[in-house]
Amino acid sequence: MNGLLVVWESRDVFLWGAANTLSLVLGCLLLSIPIGILGAVVLTEAPDPLRRLFAEAVDLLRCVPFLLLAYVVYYGLPELGLRLDPWWAGLMSLTVYTTAYLAEIFRAAFRAVAPDNIEAAHAFGLSRSLIYRRIILPQVAITAAPVIGNQVITTIRDSALLMIITVQELTFAANFVSANHFTPFAPFAAAVGLYLLMSFVVEAGVRRMERVRKGRYG
Amino acid sequence: MAETDAAISVRGLCKDFDGFEVLRDIDLDLAPGTTTCILGPSGSGKSTFLRCLNWLEEPSAGSVHIDGKPIGRSGNGRATRPMARRELASTRTSIAMVFQHFALWPHLTVLGNVTEAPVHVLGRPKREAEEEGRAILARVGLTEKADVYPHTLSGGQKQRVAISRALAMRPKVILFDEPTSALDPEMVGEVLSVIRELAREGLTMVIVTHEMSFAREIADTIVFMDGGRIREIAAPTDFFTNPQSDRARRFIFRP
Repeated sequence: MNGLLVVWESRDVFLWGAANTLSLVLGCLLLSIPIGILGAVVLTEAPDPLRRLFAEAVDLLRCVPFLLLAYVVYYGLPELGLRLDPWWAGLMSLTVYTTAYLAEIFRAAFRAVAPDNIEAAHAFGLSRSLIYRRIILPQVAITAAPVIGNQVITTIRDSALLMIITVQELTFAANFVSANHFTPFAPFAAAVGLYLLMSFVVEAGVRRMERVRKGRYG
Repeated sequence: MAETDAAISVRGLCKDFDGFEVLRDIDLDLAPGTTTCILGPSGSGKSTFLRCLNWLEEPSAGSVHIDGKPIGRSGNGRATRPMARRELASTRTSIAMVFQHFALWPHLTVLGNVTEAPVHVLGRPKREAEEEGRAILARVGLTEKADVYPHTLSGGQKQRVAISRALAMRPKVILFDEPTSALDPEMVGEVLSVIRELAREGLTMVIVTHEMSFAREIADTIVFMDGGRIREIAAPTDFFTNPQSDRARRFIFRP
């Protein structure tokens, strides 16, 4: 009971934390989805030396533990003269990391579009950019929605690690409240609840795209 | 026929895949407003030849002109160079194609499939294109299917949508790549009757088909291919009653 009271009384700390988590994740998606799409285009279309280089970079990034990447950005870059606020360092590491995954997801999704309807698009005189915009990407949005949704949930979870570089996101807030009031359970449970809520919203979006997919592809 | 009067003019067209010769030195002129059926055994190069006409397959040598304009390579005589992508795309707008497996765009409605290229490639106003699209769908008997998605249609209906998509471009030429080969037998008729109607209206069409009696009925010209070459070009009655080559004779009078 006492724990719940603590959570309620520290609600503005939680809200601040949740707001930071949300702004980081949304900012990250706003950047990493378009960059991921461009990256996938490079991975699909670019001539070989460039394409190979890109593929290696993406693979490398996907091998690095996220926490390590955040450390490098926050503690390492200042040594090279780039000092970022925790929030911006968090956004940068989250975006770089998510982009690498999304580029690979989009590349696979491009390949899954039926070649015959891309060929038909060529035959009807659609330019390459029209083919991406009008034929490939709309289909990718529909068919790859579950995988993209998964990645968004992973990004939400990864953002919790940013407390280590002192970003005041949701996990940081829960930790702060529990340390100040010596009640670990309720604050962390509240944070878990808020993370769940965010995942539910993503899931709802995915289910909606799934309905669209059923309507169009049977 | 002078090269420039032809709807399609092909000169010295060759195609090989990794050194394997698929098409050998093909010359062909097709008059505007005519229907040409390309016949021949499997593997004779018919479909490859058709796909060279809109450069979906790039020939190893030779030239193709559509309505007097070169496709795939620009310039004249020996001094030709590959077309820029954009130029190739815009040349292709005058040649529409109907595919064996329909190749409709699954994320667009039937009407969306029909208006996609007219609106986004030719830049026609959307409302005008939709009106015209609905009129074309009515002609092929699909009025009430305009707003559904392709996966709900039968094979015959899909192919009629594909034909509508081709017509909506108001192309100089329509290429048909075995338009009925992927259909259930009872749906072949509905597609053939649409094509028959188009032939009557004087569209320029090139049809690769195995439907012999259909070819005989609607073609102005039969092109018979074998082993990557054109073996015979003839009017249908001549071709079917009195083929000139042994190979054609064996093809027609199969036991």
